Amino acid sequence: MPGPARSFKEGQKIKTENPMKVLGRVMKYVSRDYLVHVILVVIFIVIGVWSTIQGTMFMQTLIDDYITPMLGQENPDFGPLLHAIIRVAIFYAIGVAAIYARSVIMVYVTQGTLRNLRDEMFAKMEKFPIRYFDTNTRGDIMSVYTNDIDTLRQMISQSIPQIINSLLTIVMSIVSMFILTVPLTLFAIGMLLVMVLATKRFAGRSGKYFVKQQRQLGQLDGYVEEMMAGQKVIKVFNHEEKAKEQFEKLNDMLFNAADEANKNANITMPVNANLGYISFVGSAIIGGAMALAGFGGVTLGGIASFLTLNKSISMPISMMSMELNAIVMALAGAERVFNLMDEEFEPDEGNVTLVNIKEGTEELIETSERTERWAWKKPETGELRELKGDVRFEHVDFGYVPEKTVLHDLSLYAKPGQKIAFVGSTGAGKTTITNLINRFYDIKAGTITYDGISINRISKGALRKSLGIVLQDAVLFSGTVMDNIRYGRPEATNEEVIAAAKLANADSFIRQLPDGYNTLIKGNGTSLSQGQRQLLTIARAAVADPPVIILDEATSSIDTRTERIVQEGMDKLMEGRTSFVIAHRLSTVKNSNAIMVLEQGVIIERGTHEQLLEQKGRYYQLYTGHTA
Amino acid sequence: MIKTLAGYVREYKREAIITPILMVVEVIFDMLIPFIMSMLIDEGVQEGNMDNIIKYGVLMLIAAAAALFVGVMGAKTGARAATGFAKNLRWGMFSNIQTFSFANIDKFSTASLVTRMTTDVTNIQMAFQMIIRAASRAPVSLIIAMVMTFVINARIAMIYLIAVIALSIVLGIVMGKSVVFFKKIFPKYDDLNESIQENVTGIRVVKTFVREDYETEKLKKASGNIYKLFTKAEKMLATTAPAMMLTVYACIILVSWVGANFIVQDAMTTGELMSMLTYCMNILMSLMMFSMVIVMIAMSEASAERICEVLNEKSDLHNPEEPVYEVKDGSVDFNNVVFSYHKTSEKPVLHEINLHIKSGETIGVMGGTGSGKTSLINMISRLYDVDSGSVEVGGLDVRQYDMEVLRDQVSVVLQKNELFSGTVIDNLRWGNENATEEECREACIIACADDFVSKMPKGYHTYIEQGGTNVSGGQKQRLCIARALLKKPKILILDDSTSAVDTATERRIREGLKEKLPEMTKIIISQRISSIQHADKIIVMDEGRIDGIGTHDELLANNEIYAEVFESQQGGSGDFDEIGGED
Repeated sequence: MPGPARSFKEGQKIKTENPMKVLGRVMKYVSRDYLVHVILVVIFIVIGVWSTIQGTMFMQTLIDDYITPMLGQENPDFGPLLHAIIRVAIFYAIGVAAIYARSVIMVYVTQGTLRNLRDEMFAKMEKFPIRYFDTNTRGDIMSVYTNDIDTLRQMISQSIPQIINSLLTIVMSIVSMFILTVPLTLFAIGMLLVMVLATKRFAGRSGKYFVKQQRQLGQLDGYVEEMMAGQKVIKVFNHEEKAKEQFEKLNDMLFNAADEANKNANITMPVNANLGYISFVGSAIIGGAMALAGFGGVTLGGIASFLTLNKSISMPISMMSMELNAIVMALAGAERVFNLMDEEFEPDEGNVTLVNIKEGTEELIETSERTERWAWKKPETGELRELKGDVRFEHVDFGYVPEKTVLHDLSLYAKPGQKIAFVGSTGAGKTTITNLINRFYDIKAGTITYDGISINRISKGALRKSLGIVLQDAVLFSGTVMDNIRYGRPEATNEEVIAAAKLANADSFIRQLPDGYNTLIKGNGTSLSQGQRQLLTIARAAVADPPVIILDEATSSIDTRTERIVQEGMDKLMEGRTSFVIAHRLSTVKNSNAIMVLEQGVIIERGTHEQLLEQKGRYYQLYTGHTA
Repeated sequence: MIKTLAGYVREYKREAIITPILMVVEVIFDMLIPFIMSMLIDEGVQEGNMDNIIKYGVLMLIAAAAALFVGVMGAKTGARAATGFAKNLRWGMFSNIQTFSFANIDKFSTASLVTRMTTDVTNIQMAFQMIIRAASRAPVSLIIAMVMTFVINARIAMIYLIAVIALSIVLGIVMGKSVVFFKKIFPKYDDLNESIQENVTGIRVVKTFVREDYETEKLKKASGNIYKLFTKAEKMLATTAPAMMLTVYACIILVSWVGANFIVQDAMTTGELMSMLTYCMNILMSLMMFSMVIVMIAMSEASAERICEVLNEKSDLHNPEEPVYEVKDGSVDFNNVVFSYHKTSEKPVLHEINLHIKSGETIGVMGGTGSGKTSLINMISRLYDVDSGSVEVGGLDVRQYDMEVLRDQVSVVLQKNELFSGTVIDNLRWGNENATEEECREACIIACADDFVSKMPKGYHTYIEQGGTNVSGGQKQRLCIARALLKKPKILILDDSTSAVDTATERRIREGLKEKLPEMTKIIISQRISSIQHADKIIVMDEGRIDGIGTHDELLANNEIYAEVFESQQGGSGDFDEIGGED
């Protein structure tokens, strides 16, 4: 089976392969839900820029057309000036309104897009196969939701509108400048090119070092994580100075990259601003000479306007250069977001569903009530087959990667109500078996049947609902104790939840918690002991009341008394159900109908406890601690 | 807080001081230019005087060149000061963490320390650069521009003054409110990410109970709430740009009208009007910039607090003034020891413990979770200090020893042990950095680690992945024991360190220790009776007290807890996992 997730496992890339494609996709995504908004934003940006330029142009008319004619007059007429000012005030008002509208719409576009992205990513992620979660680290996945989404926010809300704004300002300014005077504009464009080149140089260098800085930061991050996790060991071994030595090296490397990156980014601003001034002075001298020579019809007001326009283009260039850097980084994040969204879903081709059937009759009659009896329903024929819990593995081969087979030619059967235990060393393939029954992974060869139906034909939802699994790590969710137990069956009443907790031996400790069943659990229940967490997960499986149970015993050492309580809870849960147990403890194994001793993916011994002891094989050795 | 942080600027103090000065100089040049420009227009272009145009033009060019030079210098020193400051902060935190005692370490989670040293420091680095560059530049720029406008025309300048005051009030209110708002939203945002993380961690549970749709709906609701809060806050912030533009435009219109009147009355020149209009932008932009910087700084306050928490955390254990550098022997005595992790808690973790262990003895410790086993042995190498009473090693109070010497002589294999990325040898040499390969091998033979290490592809030079993920739990434990042995300690403490090692191998380790290192005191904590039943003395802990001390047979006869546990573990070692699997 080819691993779809493996392409993602290259770690955190900092640069994108194909930035334009990713950018296009971002734009497409944004406009999918907010097309009207985006169009409006562009229109408002145009209006905003236009009104700014109008303001600049107004200065030309102000001096040339209104002030100069009034100079030296006895009774100057301020009427025309007043009209002009009122007119420009209206333009300005429109401009301000446009800027406000643009800002507010952008808030909706940005926040809305982020919300949709998050929802969509999450909804998709919930449908990914387990393989995805097994091959990607939690940190990598989380970083998509936090860091990458965050850079995208910056890009959508700030960088893209800013670039559009800057580009428009430059283009419209240049057009206006051409209208004022062609020769001066050509000079200014020449200077502009110099600025673009300078920007490219510094921004490019800064970008290179920013990438390097991110990499160094990642290295330091990894080192700190390892050291902090082992801090107590460092202490016990007096290894503090050694730890500092290596840290200093990494810290210095990070500093050098950060210094270069920031330096070059900082330099862009003054270089552009002052090149702008030089362009400004040059224009003033050339313009002044032209005005004096009466060449090209340049007026004093014309020069004034020109100079202002000229100055107004150096700022957008610096802005653009900074935003371009931000976009390069954001696109790498965007690519990871899209990579996640492009992951393949867990396929679910099975169509056999699970239904309740009426109790107390021989005949199988489907019912919408919740009963204790279940049946598999084939959609094509409507045929019902009672769920009994008969699970068979026939010649099953499996490997997580095609090159390495973990289970070889595995055959076993569990008759309804039987208890099957698996023992063997870590890596022997015990946990893998549980991954196969509920189809977290699909087998390579052979068949697994459930009440005679191949599990591939059963819809995954139905299959998993019919199986109760208590996993090795006791994972809990934020919420109350009640919520956590009810997780097994959302429609369970409070009484049913409490009954399940009693069955799992969890009731007595829950009642001792500050708020009993309403006690809030936070951060995977770290305030509870390992044993208590396990009891809750057992109760959770109990409330689901599934016909088949899979138990993966926790290896971590809990003290003998708690262990006994947990054991009792598990035993009660297994009563009357087909159970598969990954066993670490003798007490669990002893009363099993069959014990499978696994070694390197092969069942090397099988039988009851007594039978296996008699064999004096591997099981005997494990059990007694003696080599036979 | 500021004082704590400021101390870490250290060798970059020069840059940190020069940068604002350079920024101010740059601003002065920047301000001069529009002034020269107005003269260039008035005395040059207006009067048709080409000499003046060139004179002022050259002046402007010189000013621009100087501004460029100063600006580039400021860019460099600013970057250096900020990144250097960040470097010092990281270093300061890391080296302070190295002085932490166990009690200090317990206070911070690994993840939180990593965030503090990366994200938080980066935030502070940016804020600091802002402070020394923009925060000094903007107000100076504002003040100089204001002064210039007053020089040109005081009455028009009054318009600006009023505008500045009005705009500052508006910006102050909006930004102040939004900072408060954002600070309230951020924790909610963290909650959202936490619930995503929960799903990533617990995906098997989600899928097992077929709750994918439920989880998706739950997240949608949460992200919808975040959306509402964020749009509300951002919309408030969105008023700043138009407010600023509104003020600029109002000023331009007013100044144009008033200026035109002045010009007509000959109270002002056109060039001066031009300069006034340029300054208008300057003043209000600076104001805007300044307010943004303040917001940024306010937002980074939380990061600063988190960093200071680490920097100000003082180790609660100190070396004595005249430390003893030699541990005489491996005897251990507890005299009326009382200890609790939190000084305020009513119920101490250890109650009046009295215990005497002779050098070279083997001691077993057992008891339920929370009975105080680990706390007991942590006292011996002074990982924590007693509240009252005393712990003596080699006949001397542990507080009289040099801590490094004590910890070398009392070697603890922790319950939650770690290997580090590096070769097997590298890891072993944590115990003794000068150990030869032969010595490492010897230690591994005693710890029963040599068999599997020599079978590894590169033997003792095999690379161990971060967290020791490429060795099994049992192998990891055996390597950790070997590492501890390389210290050649007088006391070896195994805190549940063989839980993943099978009984047969464990027995070999025990026998090896007894045979090869008879002088060494061995203290073994275990849940497994078989691990400790041959000890010279077994201590049964219960709720912070010693419930019983004696040999296996004695305890079996008269200790209820011990007998009960023994009973439950009869007929097998009780734990199958890892058993002998890797050999």
